[in-house]
Amino acid sequence: MEALRHWSVRHSRGLNAFYTRFESLLVALDPLFRRIGYQRLERPVALLERGVKGLLFDCRMCGQCVLSSTGMSCPMNCPKNLRNGPCGGVRLDGRCEVKPQMRCVWVQAIAGSTAIPGGAASVRQVQPALDRRLTGKSSWLRVARERAAQGGATSGADPVAPK
Amino acid sequence: MKFEDEPVPGYPLPILPGHTSPGRFERVLRAGQFVVTTELAPPDSADPAEVFARARIFDGYVDAINATDGSGANCHMSSMAVCALLTRVGYAPVMQISCRDKNRIAIQGDILGAAAMGVCNILCLTGDGVQAGDHPQALPVFDLDSMTLLQTARTLRDEHHFLSGRRITHAPRVLLGAAENPFTQPIAWRAERLAKKVAAGAQFIQTQYCYDVPLLRQFLQQVEALGLLDKVFILVGVGPFKSAKAAEWIRTHVPGVHIPDAVIARLKGAADQAAEGRQLCTDLIQEIRDVKGVHGVHVMAYRQEETVAEIIDRSGILNGRVPWYPGRDPNTANPDRKAS
Repeated sequence: MEALRHWSVRHSRGLNAFYTRFESLLVALDPLFRRIGYQRLERPVALLERGVKGLLFDCRMCGQCVLSSTGMSCPMNCPKNLRNGPCGGVRLDGRCEVKPQMRCVWVQAIAGSTAIPGGAASVRQVQPALDRRLTGKSSWLRVARERAAQGGATSGADPVAPK
Repeated sequence: MKFEDEPVPGYPLPILPGHTSPGRFERVLRAGQFVVTTELAPPDSADPAEVFARARIFDGYVDAINATDGSGANCHMSSMAVCALLTRVGYAPVMQISCRDKNRIAIQGDILGAAAMGVCNILCLTGDGVQAGDHPQALPVFDLDSMTLLQTARTLRDEHHFLSGRRITHAPRVLLGAAENPFTQPIAWRAERLAKKVAAGAQFIQTQYCYDVPLLRQFLQQVEALGLLDKVFILVGVGPFKSAKAAEWIRTHVPGVHIPDAVIARLKGAADQAAEGRQLCTDLIQEIRDVKGVHGVHVMAYRQEETVAEIIDRSGILNGRVPWYPGRDPNTANPDRKAS
């Protein structure tokens, strides 16, 4: 589904705007989520998230989504899982060192981030190492729970990935 | 150059104010010298003599020796073992750590262990993918990346605890380095990437092979515009080609190495292509030396390590300085000996 993934990067600005609104919706739904129980929601929501984000971004369900800081180009598609910028092996034509048939995820990310307001700044932030325990878990539910606990504050630059 | 407070070669030096390591390499860098580093390819052997033989070839020409960590995803003696051997006789090794083969538990243990064995310099790399090497069946780990590896090493050193928060009683006193490739995509973002590495803890940078000085200049202007020139020591990667054919092979087979057509044409036109390759490298070093923001060169001469001495010598970059090597000062206990 590389074609759809590239479409998402080309439309990073619109997708990011959508995500920002979507995050507010998630946070607003926190009381409902709590009544149903986050535990009980985890499986169906993760399944839905995997379907939607899998289609749009080739999402790998790392559980710590940073799409808004990577120009809507999912860094987990990088064969080295790089979340902090491209490696030094990017081919001169912008293709991947490991998979030459694929465009470098980070060449895409840099291009996508320039279309997002504040994208250039958020791509500069050093992303922490992945917490592997969250692999396969819903990033959406985590965002809803954590942001609601912080009083619904949004980070703006990074709407789906709390620090 | 000789330090008056160097008790026994290979033993830690007192850490000067503003320094983070007890190493000679940091001393030479901060003394403002134009430094020379090189790369030692660890042997496919368990014999320490092979390591010492590979280091000796650089005696008197280099300030530090990088020990590669499974470079190109090929299996060799570990970089930590090579470095531990080298510190026994006083060399200043740069231990390369790649994220390909080890997770954060193993890497943190290695940083402590290496520092305990006298390693003062660590180069934090993401590493090549396993597909590039002789064990493509292997599991690529990549638990950390070069950026989070830098952060991890800095946490151990400056905050005296593991990533878990557990305290360590004696922090590893190390100088932290990283790699950068100014010559490949996304070119416009490469200086930003360097800024990110500096923010994550990089104190020195060793670059990919440079065969395009105008592109290097452009990169360093961007680095300067980001206000980084006085925050990081930049060593530019250079290396000789054995022939035009070898250069063409590298150009097509080693991703990220940018070799302009003019370089290939120059080699092709020479009667003795190997000699021309060394001359080209010498010329590049002399040109690179004068670029603002460059603090030294990193000479990578894989399988032609014996050419490094001649190249450095003819480039004149050491300016008569003889970097320390075991046996340089026969009477090391006597601090009155004249410094070089």
